[in-house]
Amino acid sequence: MGPILEVRDLQVAYRSRGGDLFRAVDGISFCLESGEVLGVLGESGSGKSTLAVSLLRLFRRNSVVVSGAVLFDGRDLLKAEPRELQAIRGKNISLIFQEPSVALHPTMRVGQQVRQILDAHGMGNRGELVRRTREVFEALFGEEAERIARSYPHQISGGQRQRVLIAQAIACRPSVLVADEPTASLDPTTQMEILDVFRGLRTSLGLTMIFITHSPALLSGFADRILVLYGGRVAELGVASEVLVSPKHPYTQALFRSIPPLDEPHDGGKKILPAIPRDSNLSSGPRAGCPFEPRCPERMDICKSENPGLVNLSKSHLVSCFRYENQ
Amino acid sequence: MPYLLRRLGHAVFLLIGVSVLAFLFTVLAPGNYFDEMRLNPQIAPETISALRTQYELDRPLPVRYAHWVSSVLRGDMGFSFAYNSPVAPLLLVRARNTLLLTATAMLLAWGIALPLGVWSAEHQGAASDRLVSSGTAALMVIPDLALALGLLVIAVKSRWFPAGGMVSLHFESLSFIGKFRDLLLHMALPVAALVLSVLPLLVRHVRAAVADVLDAPFLLAAEGHGVPRRTLLYRYALPAAANPLISLMGFSVGTLLSGSLLVEVVMSWPGVGPFLLEAILARDLYVVIGGVLLSTLFLVGGNFLADLLLYWADPRIRTEAGI
Amino acid sequence: MSAAGQDKNMQPLLDVKNLVKTYSRKRLTGPREEVRALDGVSFSIFRGTTLAIVGESGSGKSTLAFCLAFLEKPTSGIIRFEEKDMLQLGEKDLRTIRPKIQLIFQDPAGSFNPRWKVFQILIEPLALQGNLSREEMRSRARGLLEQVGLSSDMEEKLPSELSGGQRQRLAIARALMLEPKLLILDEALSALDCSVQAQIANLLVELQSSRGMTYLFITHDMAMAAHVADEIAVMSKGRIVEHSPPDKILKQPQTAITRELLAAVPRLDSGRPQVPES
Repeated sequence: MGPILEVRDLQVAYRSRGGDLFRAVDGISFCLESGEVLGVLGESGSGKSTLAVSLLRLFRRNSVVVSGAVLFDGRDLLKAEPRELQAIRGKNISLIFQEPSVALHPTMRVGQQVRQILDAHGMGNRGELVRRTREVFEALFGEEAERIARSYPHQISGGQRQRVLIAQAIACRPSVLVADEPTASLDPTTQMEILDVFRGLRTSLGLTMIFITHSPALLSGFADRILVLYGGRVAELGVASEVLVSPKHPYTQALFRSIPPLDEPHDGGKKILPAIPRDSNLSSGPRAGCPFEPRCPERMDICKSENPGLVNLSKSHLVSCFRYENQ
Repeated sequence: MPYLLRRLGHAVFLLIGVSVLAFLFTVLAPGNYFDEMRLNPQIAPETISALRTQYELDRPLPVRYAHWVSSVLRGDMGFSFAYNSPVAPLLLVRARNTLLLTATAMLLAWGIALPLGVWSAEHQGAASDRLVSSGTAALMVIPDLALALGLLVIAVKSRWFPAGGMVSLHFESLSFIGKFRDLLLHMALPVAALVLSVLPLLVRHVRAAVADVLDAPFLLAAEGHGVPRRTLLYRYALPAAANPLISLMGFSVGTLLSGSLLVEVVMSWPGVGPFLLEAILARDLYVVIGGVLLSTLFLVGGNFLADLLLYWADPRIRTEAGI
Repeated sequence: MSAAGQDKNMQPLLDVKNLVKTYSRKRLTGPREEVRALDGVSFSIFRGTTLAIVGESGSGKSTLAFCLAFLEKPTSGIIRFEEKDMLQLGEKDLRTIRPKIQLIFQDPAGSFNPRWKVFQILIEPLALQGNLSREEMRSRARGLLEQVGLSSDMEEKLPSELSGGQRQRLAIARALMLEPKLLILDEALSALDCSVQAQIANLLVELQSSRGMTYLFITHDMAMAAHVADEIAVMSKGRIVEHSPPDKILKQPQTAITRELLAAVPRLDSGRPQVPES
């Protein structure tokens, strides 16, 4: 059985007002296998959010130049008719946006915001819609379902808003769920609760998930495979346990090193974390060479002029780095 | 609730304040109705002073104000010197005529502005949007007077529309349908003038408010859930953009009595405007105050209506106010 | 426990005793609603050290930051800064003390005027004081830009042209323009990417050793707190429930709240983290 979703050489560039072309996504390819959780690890500027909206062709108004393909169910979503796309969005593939406080309509009750989606996909008459909405809310909120459904976004907490976003996404029982930084603005204990919600949904609904985050630790014990993005390109792709325990790309290694470990000795004197030097200043215009080169502790001459392709380290682990070219 | 009570309190306070000021200004303005008479050698000075006493023009101000307030509350708005009859019926008839024009114009204007503004916001930057923008800008630049006069010229030249007035001379003899048609024909041009003068502002406001909202994340999120375009625009974007528009609507209602003076005068429409103008020139005290008060009532009422609507439409205001 | 040359005989830079802050709301019906954001908070910080306050939202940590930076007036309690009782001081005296305590927010974008260039943003606090000449202000600004790791060609940029990490560096530089003694960092790293958090944490540690800065580091991230702080105070519902050095907090957490916060730290090694039972 083939992959449920396939992204082929996706390139997305934004045209700024000055006319410059900023390449947010510069050639990303991967397959999503049915039933798996793919963790997409990337920081600001890596192209992760652009990737998320590209899957459903949800671009904003400013001019966007797109090439490549997003294959789902035998169709290329980037070339699909608007009507086809509208039928897929929220029903077969759902996207959970970042920042629940702005992703919800401010003056519409949250129950209504879920009902609208069910209505948009023709999930029955009025009675049916009400029943299904209640079901979803009960699954995510238990006893408080009724009260929350009647509330407005500003009347509920951050964690509850996040659950409403999840409710919106699963209402029509999609097969693929894409979550963009779903725990970013939450307290640590709430973060853990939401991760548990996702775990539960994966089993109960048999969801295939793409989980986007900048924090590697969140993917530990949750993602099956991890896709590491940097500068709009794939840096590394592999089985989660391999990538987390023995990362191969210099960026991934440097990223993991820069996280303060909980069990380091605290015997006086503060350690300087081995942080990645300088900024990921990714400017517009065509980029020759590896995007990580300016900050890479292991850079070579060739890295500046040529873009490394993906190399198979093993059947399940790919890296894009010249260090591994000859292995 | 406390929020609404406070707003109501404000409104009442405003009304009282305006009535006092209107009374003061009119009374304190130099001259009164009878000065004209004094210049007329045929009227004896005793007659004038007798008339003055009859109309209480020689009593102290607070007394006159108090008397006036108590009468108004009973529905009696005083006496018109010029027409020699009570103010209330005169004013109310004129008000009805004005409202006929302005209410129709307002409904038409909003009815065009909303879809046009939404459509324009949706096609931001496109040629069609730029056309609308320049069109509204051009209309805004043309003075209302020029618009009204221009329409009048069309009426006269084309003979399709009557050149002024509210009803034809033979109005009473027409059938019901005939009366309706006659009124409509007479209304057409003044309403057109009013709509043309107020439409550009409305369209621009609607467009700006909706354009702001169209960039909001929640709209993109809803689109991502497969909500169709029409629903997105009218059930998501427009309600979210409603706040400034509701305030504007309150203002629209507020100017229902006062905004049509120019058009009424030019097109000889028997409304509040010309009536009030006449009264001011003649120092017809109680007509002036009555007119001002009625206009203020509308203005304050319109704003209060906007407050009510905002309270109902935006749950965030309800929460801030403590429900 | 040793930290940056602390002398046991020296008085703490900041000494807080029994700080209480209540918010009340009048309702049309029923009794007045009262919320105790701070319910008797006490702690002290010595010069050149870092105290981390760890808690979830609603624990009162942001209220604490605002009270210490004099953006809110506490309901009762004592705040002693450099041995002076702050709440007894008049406006005039307060004005001389205020520059010595600076606050850095989670989202600097909100605290920068979006139309001002970097240079103007830096100069503003000093210009308001009016003590230095334009040349002196300019050289201090340039020096600080370098110290926080921003290049001088950033002077003419707008905040919207900077990345999250660069904006926080700018916020720190602006705070340092007034040469404060105490920096209060209210979730200053929380909105940044992982690798950028490390960069800014390093900057803070470096500034502490080179300038003797004292920090009150407010966060909900126990791991980062343990990394940068000399002492950790755990807050919940307006109170400090536990106050110990990082080692002790990590190995022997005393309260349920602390254990919960530790359990919620996502761990890189697979599976859920192990938290020692107390």
